[in-house]
Amino acid sequence: MSVAVTIESVEKRFQNFPALRGVSLDIQPGELVALLGPSGSGKTTLLRVIAGLEQAERGRVLFGEADTRALSLRERRIGFVFQHYALFKTMSVAENIAFGLKSRPRAERPSPAEIKKRVSELLELIQLPGLEKRYPSQLSGGQRQRIALARALAIEPRVLLLDEPFGALDAKVRKDLRAWLRQLHQRTGHTTVFVTHDQEEALELADRVAILHDGRLEQVGSPDDVYDHPATPFVCQFLGDANHLPVKVVGSQAFFQDRPVLGGLRQNQGGPASLYVRPQHLRIVDDAPLALPGVVEHLRRNGPLRRAEVAVDGLPKRLDVDLASQVAPAIGERIRLRITHGNLFAAA
Amino acid sequence: MTATLSRWREPSILPGFGLALGITVTALSLIVLIPLAALFIKAASAGPADIWAVATSPRTLAALKLSFFGAFFAATVNAVFGLILAWVLVRYDFPGKRLIDAAVDLPFALPTAVAGIALAAIYAPNGWVGGLLAPYNIKVAYTPLGVMVALIFIGLPFVVRTIQPVLEELPADIEEAAALLGASRWRTVFTVLLPPVLPALLTGFVLAFARAVGEYGSVIFIAGNVPMVSEIAPLLIVIRLEQFDYAGAAVVATIMLLLSFSLILLVNLIQASARRRFGDV
Repeated sequence: MSVAVTIESVEKRFQNFPALRGVSLDIQPGELVALLGPSGSGKTTLLRVIAGLEQAERGRVLFGEADTRALSLRERRIGFVFQHYALFKTMSVAENIAFGLKSRPRAERPSPAEIKKRVSELLELIQLPGLEKRYPSQLSGGQRQRIALARALAIEPRVLLLDEPFGALDAKVRKDLRAWLRQLHQRTGHTTVFVTHDQEEALELADRVAILHDGRLEQVGSPDDVYDHPATPFVCQFLGDANHLPVKVVGSQAFFQDRPVLGGLRQNQGGPASLYVRPQHLRIVDDAPLALPGVVEHLRRNGPLRRAEVAVDGLPKRLDVDLASQVAPAIGERIRLRITHGNLFAAA
Repeated sequence: MTATLSRWREPSILPGFGLALGITVTALSLIVLIPLAALFIKAASAGPADIWAVATSPRTLAALKLSFFGAFFAATVNAVFGLILAWVLVRYDFPGKRLIDAAVDLPFALPTAVAGIALAAIYAPNGWVGGLLAPYNIKVAYTPLGVMVALIFIGLPFVVRTIQPVLEELPADIEEAAALLGASRWRTVFTVLLPPVLPALLTGFVLAFARAVGEYGSVIFIAGNVPMVSEIAPLLIVIRLEQFDYAGAAVVATIMLLLSFSLILLVNLIQASARRRFGDV
């Protein structure tokens, strides 16, 4: 089978604000793709263009071979899940889920018995059996979002689009729903695109992550790919923490203030550059040829990790260093840091 | 006093319950309850036989029928057009929108007599609108139809102003969700957009209805006030007063009061049950 969704150099502006400036992306059948970016990056606009809720000024969106501009919203068969659920509050759960089926033209509409059966199957699938007669106001946020998903799945969509589906939920529920959505996707295999500003969510859930910034695609790739090999400084900083060091590359070594800090570089990167180092890639060493001296100024707890803030001469921002060993340095202690891995970008 | 009150209310760290309730009861008594009680006492002074005679006289029944059915009809018309008007004002931008929005409130502000005279002039057989209808043998001014026109005029802002904020609050995404699920425009409007607005529409309807039942000033100028045909109940009360038949006036007033109150109470009960069911999502 060919590509499920093709996005071809889509451009969209609101008044004078360019929301999308030429975005192209292919989505494979059955794939789970995350659109990741900060607010204002155009990720929700892109999702709404795919859905047909916004019209692109330039470029086009294809479903298989079909140009979506020729399709009505009904013919697109999009399952869309909104951030704030968008459930119909005057309808029961069963009526909400059945809405899409009952909206079909009479000839294609399933019989009431079939609809009823389908509703209870879907409630089974989202692990909320027996809630048919409840009203949305009687459900928790997580339950409402699952009902919204069941309602979207009821029309057997060709593409499932989720707009910050967990954005309105609290941290614990988010994590549970994330794992649950992953399982559901494995079971049903719908081509799925979801929008999120949470990099952890995107990396954990998606087969591929598309990172948007200022209306442009910065990078598309597997979670490992984009995390380990960021294509741009923006991607590097957006996916997790990264310390920034202005360096100068001479030969195969990067120098920070005339002190070599990273070696083994390829030859073609000479000149001033930006070096980004993740906190887990800084190691405290006794002595090493390529080491950066600093003073521990602060220690804090970051989830399972302990993290030190290290002041380095000539660097306005303190470096974040994850402490790998059980032995933590004391505040005020002079230490040496070795960079085990870094991402180097030519200075802009 | 405080000791007895504190048994009814939820204990709260924030003071104000006693004071607020005290002011409420006092104001309500002075302005609403005591005058109404006086009305009942006056009506009761007529004696059962007289009350029955006044209540069942053909002229009273005709006036009550015109007042209540007229008000019901006018409120229904207002519910439909008020809803459309509010929808247009909330959903669309067009030149002169602010002007129309402001004009909706005019029936609130205009002395009702002025409205009645203006309507009578326009809808009279030689007026602008009345002249257009005259060839078809439709008479508006000085007929029960004229009563309806006046009642529609004064009731419109109640419907528009109660629905407007609810329509503004209606989330845009439910409309998009319905469209993506394949619903036709009609289905979206009637099953998705209208039901959440219904409680507010009902409130607007009741307010317009209640206002129309009690309306006097504008109606008397356009109605013609023919007994048994175009005479409204409030006018009948005034006529009784002018004849120094205070008890008779009080009886008609009491019947109006009881009818209005039970209708409004019924609607409020319907709304309360709807609110319990759907809550706010």
